[in-house]
Amino acid sequence: MTEYKAQSNIHHDSARLHVTGEAQYVDDLVSTEGTLHLAFGLSKVACGKIISVDLEPVWQSQGVVKVLLCTHLPAANDVSPSPYWEPLLAKDNVEYIGQPIFLVIADTNLNARKAARKAIMEIEEIKPLLTIDDALEANSLFEDPLVYQNGDPESAVDRSPKILSGEIEMGGQEHFYLEGQVAMAIPQENDGMLVYSSTQHPSEVQHKIADSLGVPMNKVRVEVRRMGGGFGGKESQANSVACACAIAANLTGRPCRFRYDRDDDFLITGKRHDCRIAYRVGFDEAGKINGVIIDQFVRCGWSLDLSLPVADRAMLHSDNTYFLPASKITSYRLKTNTQSATAFRGFGGPQGMVGIERILDHIAHELGMDPLDVRRINFYNPPNSGSLQRTHYGMEVEDCIIEEIVDELVSTSDYRNRRQEINEWNDKNPFLKKGIALTPVKFGISFTLTHLNQAGSLVHVYRDGSIHLNHGGTEMGQGLMIKIAQIAANTFGQPIGSVRITPADTDKVPNTSATAASSGTDINGMATKIACTKIIDRLIGFLAERHQSHPDEVRFEQGEFKVQNETYGFKEVINDAYMNRISLSATGFYSTPKLHWDRKIGKGRPFFYFAYGAAVSEVMIDVLTGENKLLRADIIHDVGNSVNPAIDLGQVEGGFVQGYGWLTTEELYWDSKGYLRTHAPSTYKIPACRDRPMDLRVKLWEKGWNREETIFNSKAVGEPPLMLGISVFLALSNAIASITSDYPSLNAPATPERILNTLTRNYQVPFDFKSGRN
Amino acid sequence: MSKINFFINDRQIAAEDPSGTTTLLEWLREKAYLKGTKEGCNEGDCGACTVIIESIEDNRLIHSAVNSCILFLHQLENKSIRTIEGVSGPEGDLHPVQEAMIKFNGNQCGFCTPGIVMSLVSAHTNGTSDLDTILAGNLCRCTGYDSIINAGEESLKKPRPDWIDNIEVPVHEVPQDTGNGTIRNPVCLDEFADWYAVNPKATLIAGGTDVGLWVTKDLKSLPSPCFISDIPELKKVKISGNVMTVGAATNLTKFDDVISKYYPSLSVMINRFGSVQIRNVATVGGNIANGSPIGDLPPALIALKSKLILRRKDTRRKLPLEDFFLDYGVQDRQSGEFVEGVEIPLQHEWFRCYKISKRRDQDISAVCGSFLMELNFQTIDDVRIAFGGLAAIPKRASATEAFLLGKTLNLETIQMAMELLETDFKPISDMRASGAYRMQIAKNLLLKYYFGRQRMSGHQQSISTR
Repeated sequence: MTEYKAQSNIHHDSARLHVTGEAQYVDDLVSTEGTLHLAFGLSKVACGKIISVDLEPVWQSQGVVKVLLCTHLPAANDVSPSPYWEPLLAKDNVEYIGQPIFLVIADTNLNARKAARKAIMEIEEIKPLLTIDDALEANSLFEDPLVYQNGDPESAVDRSPKILSGEIEMGGQEHFYLEGQVAMAIPQENDGMLVYSSTQHPSEVQHKIADSLGVPMNKVRVEVRRMGGGFGGKESQANSVACACAIAANLTGRPCRFRYDRDDDFLITGKRHDCRIAYRVGFDEAGKINGVIIDQFVRCGWSLDLSLPVADRAMLHSDNTYFLPASKITSYRLKTNTQSATAFRGFGGPQGMVGIERILDHIAHELGMDPLDVRRINFYNPPNSGSLQRTHYGMEVEDCIIEEIVDELVSTSDYRNRRQEINEWNDKNPFLKKGIALTPVKFGISFTLTHLNQAGSLVHVYRDGSIHLNHGGTEMGQGLMIKIAQIAANTFGQPIGSVRITPADTDKVPNTSATAASSGTDINGMATKIACTKIIDRLIGFLAERHQSHPDEVRFEQGEFKVQNETYGFKEVINDAYMNRISLSATGFYSTPKLHWDRKIGKGRPFFYFAYGAAVSEVMIDVLTGENKLLRADIIHDVGNSVNPAIDLGQVEGGFVQGYGWLTTEELYWDSKGYLRTHAPSTYKIPACRDRPMDLRVKLWEKGWNREETIFNSKAVGEPPLMLGISVFLALSNAIASITSDYPSLNAPATPERILNTLTRNYQVPFDFKSGRN
Repeated sequence: MSKINFFINDRQIAAEDPSGTTTLLEWLREKAYLKGTKEGCNEGDCGACTVIIESIEDNRLIHSAVNSCILFLHQLENKSIRTIEGVSGPEGDLHPVQEAMIKFNGNQCGFCTPGIVMSLVSAHTNGTSDLDTILAGNLCRCTGYDSIINAGEESLKKPRPDWIDNIEVPVHEVPQDTGNGTIRNPVCLDEFADWYAVNPKATLIAGGTDVGLWVTKDLKSLPSPCFISDIPELKKVKISGNVMTVGAATNLTKFDDVISKYYPSLSVMINRFGSVQIRNVATVGGNIANGSPIGDLPPALIALKSKLILRRKDTRRKLPLEDFFLDYGVQDRQSGEFVEGVEIPLQHEWFRCYKISKRRDQDISAVCGSFLMELNFQTIDDVRIAFGGLAAIPKRASATEAFLLGKTLNLETIQMAMELLETDFKPISDMRASGAYRMQIAKNLLLKYYFGRQRMSGHQQSISTR
């Protein structure tokens, strides 16, 4: 496309506002007088029939203005992002503990929260389905098991010299965005509604509010300046608070504001899908896979939400970087009486990837090989190999650069020597054992719902040459706004300061897709470039006409127009164009090319390209307690020709830590009644500062270049690095394996308890402490 | 109703809070329209609400980071607070911490950033370089922390800016009891003791890090809140002979300062409970008096043979700390009686305590084990073992202790004692750990203690964390 490098380490556009506390989040917006506050009354029963709800004590509570049951709603009672109904307020039944049953509207946040606890509810309890096994036994599925198959896996496995089977369970993950769900709605004249929402998906919030109010979408305007973190947790889960605000504002005629208390946020909203993966794999003595049969049991919770595409993506990432000559992936989408699992960075990909990485690790253990060698022998062929291979869903893998990345990482991380040193350490140290693992990542980029791969942008240039930028993407900390602004500035050849970033706004760019699937920069950046190019083309046409020349003879370089030995500055041309009645505003629209996908049969090209990376992690465990520590991590990650390496590096580091948090300390615990006991940071432990690697060495891959025509040939970076965290999990498993004879079969999250249990399950008398030998 | 007088960013404030339960965070955001301080969890676990309390100690400006979400307005009488809005210079110059945070891209979504800046500013002002400890109470979900640490380290190379150096912390008069009949903040111990004897239903609040949650999470109103952390006599630490007497309202930061040289093992554990923000307000007495089965100080202090000093009016009684805990939520505290202090023997060389939790920092113990054994040659002639997290109360392992007493200390003895722990405890399963794991850990910690004593052939015994 262009050899022009956009690379520039510009800081986050809001950096100064962030560090001074001036950045405004929805809850920081100044309230107009008369603003009301909301709270949900929640179900304390996981499964049951609502017999009666006595709201009298709620009405009597201080400051209460109105209390709504589902029967009081003005129009639709549905906040679902999918075609499957998901009530805002429970109707006849409750389906999980934490489900909203009624809505309190009160004068203050505290009064609303207090009142919401006062209802007297009679609910006839039904035995809830909580676990994967509960759901399997009751055959509680959202749709028939989906099967993706290539080749003849059964016979490929059976005829293999070696066959292994096993199982891994992995927990879910709470997003723990630091800013909880929040919205504010301000009624406008003529049934209009202005809503400030902390959402990754303003157009969907607009759509759901319109349905909730029974008005067309053009009456509803949703604005998003920034979120205090999203991670997928505000892709669909922002709908409820925003709809509740709009409904309350509509019914009272007053501005309404709603933020979940942190504990309510945990109880009400969805999390990452937890999952069990069972496998049977056939391979040869060198570790090369002949065939694999994988069953994925995905716990989706009480409503469908985004579970189908999440589970699909788990299936699509069952190969990771490995060629599977024959495979059968079966996915069970289980309905349970728990929070509805939802999008979370990686969107099913991490679960699928943990599954195959476990399989490779297990094979290596069985063969007594270094897992790295088993991984390498199964990698997809590189682009220049002359024989490209297809994934299990039939997509030709044209860009598999993982071998090159891994080779570089093996060398820069000194992997081989360190493995040797670790073995020596483990021989000498009875109490503390070390482990190391290198895992690769190949992550498919595009929404698997093909129609979502579209984006719009709106660019104005004002008479003074200043640029106003708007596009369909939302800012949640990932630096999307600065990256798109860089693209606009680069396209116009103007300094970054001349571009004004504006909030995502459904009045400016309509029908947007969620800022999700790592696609933000790819699609909004392209749309923005197209919009800017339209304006430049008009200016070129204008100058060509003035010089009685052909547009091809007008050159635009670094913000200057050159025609027939004349050079014009950008601002000068802008003003001239205005005086000559040329439009200085344009929309840009982009749709990702090359995609075709049939999710039912599992064939096609769901992804435009793949993003790659690899990590080596070294850990230490205490065999008496299961306590552990990440000693060192080395990462090389491919972001193509980065638009902003500093921003991308932040995504890689943060994604990695979030990924191993999921697989180590972050444990969701439901009690036997279905109550989520870990519903606050006091009980749910995301990595804290000291949990970061003692020695972290992260590099963006210097040779990175996207062979597809993406914006500046960059690659998406939001989700892929999360899966680098799998290396920590397998390093822990490796440390355990140093003193167990059987394969450890560690489950996630690898809390100290699971690590110790895995150790003690595999040996009784650990070793001779006196001699310090195993 | 009298006013609560304090300073926010050098500006004098006189606020009212007839409820007694308004938190500083609530007041900052909803009354003072200072929205830079964020609410992340409203329970003192995420640090997004971090602000600084300024004081002068030994002629030096000290910045103490605290969580404003569980700090009551009434605790601020005569204190100086600095928020994120008061960190930059008067001309809008950025603080070195702010500059470094931008330079090293320590911000992503920005929501935790004000709290992180405040913690780092406190470190910068105090000249503290252990940033992992400083930031243990500030969760960030975006960055993975490395960029924040880089920023913090860079900032420490820069001097304190003039506008921080020139802060004049107002000379605070002796705090006054501004309360009326229902809300009190006494400053005289004797008067408080007399008052409490006739108002035994009052809610005593020292640091408020536990009581705060009754308000922010359980939405309770507090009957007659009485804020006792400004009573000077309750904050005194005295050493006489081999005994340290610690006033109940001594905060954990201070307690760590005085105890660490006697019991480094206890100091390590103190630095793992709560966070800097919590330890700057939470008190020794509070950690005992709230009777939690998973408080971390009681097992350690029980193993150290500490005695609790209880007082009613001018009558004091001392009891072994373990006798204070009767059952879940029930303590041996008479009506009108309060915890005045605790006496800690200082002479025990072989005291060790261990805390096991899912996350190293700022987590609640699954098990907290404390051990003390004195040997006469190789014979155990004194032994104390106490655990938190294994029973409804912090409790001694009586049967195990009885078995060990008089035995020769060796691996065989320890392995037999490990099995006996099953007669002492029947731990429950909950979200922190299963009963089986708790039991296994209890046994293994005894083993760990033994190996630690034997200085097992120089092997590294526990995971070093930076």
